[in-house]
Amino acid sequence: MSKLPTRPLTIVNGRLVLPTGLADQAEPVPGALRIIGDRIAEVGAVTPGPDDDIHDAKGALIAPGLVDLGVFAIDLPAFHFGGISRAALMPDQNPALDHPARVRFAAYSGKPDFWVHPLAAATRDLAGSEMAEIGLMQEAGARAVATGRRWIVDTGVMHRLMQYCAMLDLPLIVHSQDHGLSGNAVATAGEMATRLGLPQAPAEAESIAIARDLALVRMTGARVHFRQVTTRAGLALIRAAKAEGLTVTAGITPAHLFLSDVALGGFRTFARLSPPLRCEDDRQAAIEAVGDGTIDVIASGHDPRGPEDKRLPFADSQPGMAGAETLLPLSLGLVRDGVIGTQRLFDLIAANPARILGVEAGALRCGFEADVVLVDADRPWQVDSAKMAASAGNTPFDKLPVQGRCVALFKGGRLVDQIKG
Amino acid sequence: MTASENLSVRRPASDYPPGRAAFPHRHLLGIAGLQPWEIEFLLDEAEQWVDMNRQASKHDDRLAGLTLINAFFENSTRTLLSFEIAGKRLGADVVNMHAAQSSVKKGETLIDTAVTLNAMRADAIVIRHASSGAVQLIADKVGCPVLNAGDGTHEHPTQALLDALTIRRRKGKIAGLRVAICGDILHSRVARSNMICLSTLGAEVRVAGPPALMPPAVESMGGTPCRNFAQALDGADVVMMLRLQNERMQGQFIPSPREFRHLYGLTDARLAMARPDALVMHPGPMNRGIEIDSHIADNVERSGITDQVEMGVAMRMACLDVLTRRARGVEGWA
Repeated sequence: MSKLPTRPLTIVNGRLVLPTGLADQAEPVPGALRIIGDRIAEVGAVTPGPDDDIHDAKGALIAPGLVDLGVFAIDLPAFHFGGISRAALMPDQNPALDHPARVRFAAYSGKPDFWVHPLAAATRDLAGSEMAEIGLMQEAGARAVATGRRWIVDTGVMHRLMQYCAMLDLPLIVHSQDHGLSGNAVATAGEMATRLGLPQAPAEAESIAIARDLALVRMTGARVHFRQVTTRAGLALIRAAKAEGLTVTAGITPAHLFLSDVALGGFRTFARLSPPLRCEDDRQAAIEAVGDGTIDVIASGHDPRGPEDKRLPFADSQPGMAGAETLLPLSLGLVRDGVIGTQRLFDLIAANPARILGVEAGALRCGFEADVVLVDADRPWQVDSAKMAASAGNTPFDKLPVQGRCVALFKGGRLVDQIKG
Repeated sequence: MTASENLSVRRPASDYPPGRAAFPHRHLLGIAGLQPWEIEFLLDEAEQWVDMNRQASKHDDRLAGLTLINAFFENSTRTLLSFEIAGKRLGADVVNMHAAQSSVKKGETLIDTAVTLNAMRADAIVIRHASSGAVQLIADKVGCPVLNAGDGTHEHPTQALLDALTIRRRKGKIAGLRVAICGDILHSRVARSNMICLSTLGAEVRVAGPPALMPPAVESMGGTPCRNFAQALDGADVVMMLRLQNERMQGQFIPSPREFRHLYGLTDARLAMARPDALVMHPGPMNRGIEIDSHIADNVERSGITDQVEMGVAMRMACLDVLTRRARGVEGWA
């Protein structure tokens, strides 16, 4: 643990990534950032004070530290590698985050170099039947409630849950897969699943689940975040719900933006995800939805899994990918492809998740927590499953050449990670 | 045997590329990815073993000294027996490993089991497993040829090859035939391998089954989906019935077995929709009185079911011979 900063810090010679709406231009502007204590003090044409520590960004992007909405493990080396300074921890832990004491423990588990925002389990043991003590968990530090990896089958339970979350003004993060249709499926219905002989479920399992939950949002006024919306039909429902004025947001992971179910070929279990990878048309729809603002959040879904979970026959393996290291470079691909601008990208990976969680972070605003990442957006490197910072190398992007690397990460004004050269 | 079996369709060795180029694969994991001439090469290789198996002395020593392990993680009688007989008739030392007796029950992972078999210096491993892709997983970890004896609902390549051999011997050809595959397509690895195999060899393959038991995109494997059984049967040269795989069903796919028979069982009336000389096949074990009526299964003029079992041994002998040629240093294959 490094010493608490006593002198102000000015990061100079960078290009500032400002939140959309605050910036005059869509692309980063040259400038500097001054931090006093653990807060951002000045942004823009800043002159360092005489006693300031100076950090030379050497032309890198000065951006808000990433806020990763929905990870399954606290994996500091991977988060720091990926420029992530805060993550919302899914309640799918062992035991589940369904008790105030566990929430409180999780909230402290990364400090001071990393902040964990525990997501309270919506139901006891995530079983989907009895509501957990959400109010007490909020008191213990939970910033939102989540249904976990599972869909809540019982509509009555979901209705009461939304009413309750609306009362507490806590966002509810949901998983959208109709249980009856998806059953034991491990792949999306289609050519790939049929050829491989894998248990498959129609992509409509997602839109059917979303449709129900949107009806409940209309009834209860709850704030609901659909953690992963991955199909054209599901995204269309979200788009319409937003136009209607419902308080909903939607997220996705880079896997569903850059891979289709073709990646399952050869029974590669690193491509076993939940929800499963979709067809190419759904992937295209997801890219469009990032471009038109239907998708609010891109998260890593970080879920490191060792060989004991992954080196198995496809259907017997566990879903999930180690995504923390690749979140930033893969997302930057959306900028290079012209889907979105750099500042809008950082809305998706920092500002919007922070806003959903209600934390003063995720944007370079005066008074916000000084979580800052310096990014060399062009720096090339290769994803290598054998050499990852994460506690396991289960990435479906193995051997992919990517561009964009976090070169320094500040948490609360302190340098917590830096790469040389 | 019927007269049509005397039709010689076997091609001379000179029709094929020499040596290893005729079948350049290390393993036999599926029919997908095989070229038509590679399939035909295996069928032609099997013919000699059909002949030998009909003689009083059924023995050849070409695999003498080699160890064949049949690792069956899923219950099987006929396939296991077929591979065991095939290995023994070629002179190999055959060891059978049943999952029920193995440390798999003690929690050992599939990979550890595979590494163990490999360390015992098996020269060929035959694997059956209840999960799709399990055989490929093992094949990637061992140094000897691996033969897929059925993995989940993925593929069962030797079954498709023996079915092709049966059809070719009974009908004299495969190209241009109309083949109906009926029943539980969704849970059938046999249907998948057969669709790919027979369409690759030029047959028209029609598939039919209750909607819940029909997977999407069968066209990608060379099958033409039919709306009902009658449409599939119309003018068929071969009618291949599949076993209703109750053990693989999670949830209810059909109301009852007797309703399945009512709609999809092969009865005399249904068989009459096919060509008068249509060949009836079933990979076994049969649910008599459900997907196929007993007297149709037992009618030697129409049914190729016992032929299939006979061809199975010959076909597996051919596969074991061809896949071990490299290790045995056969000229042109080393």
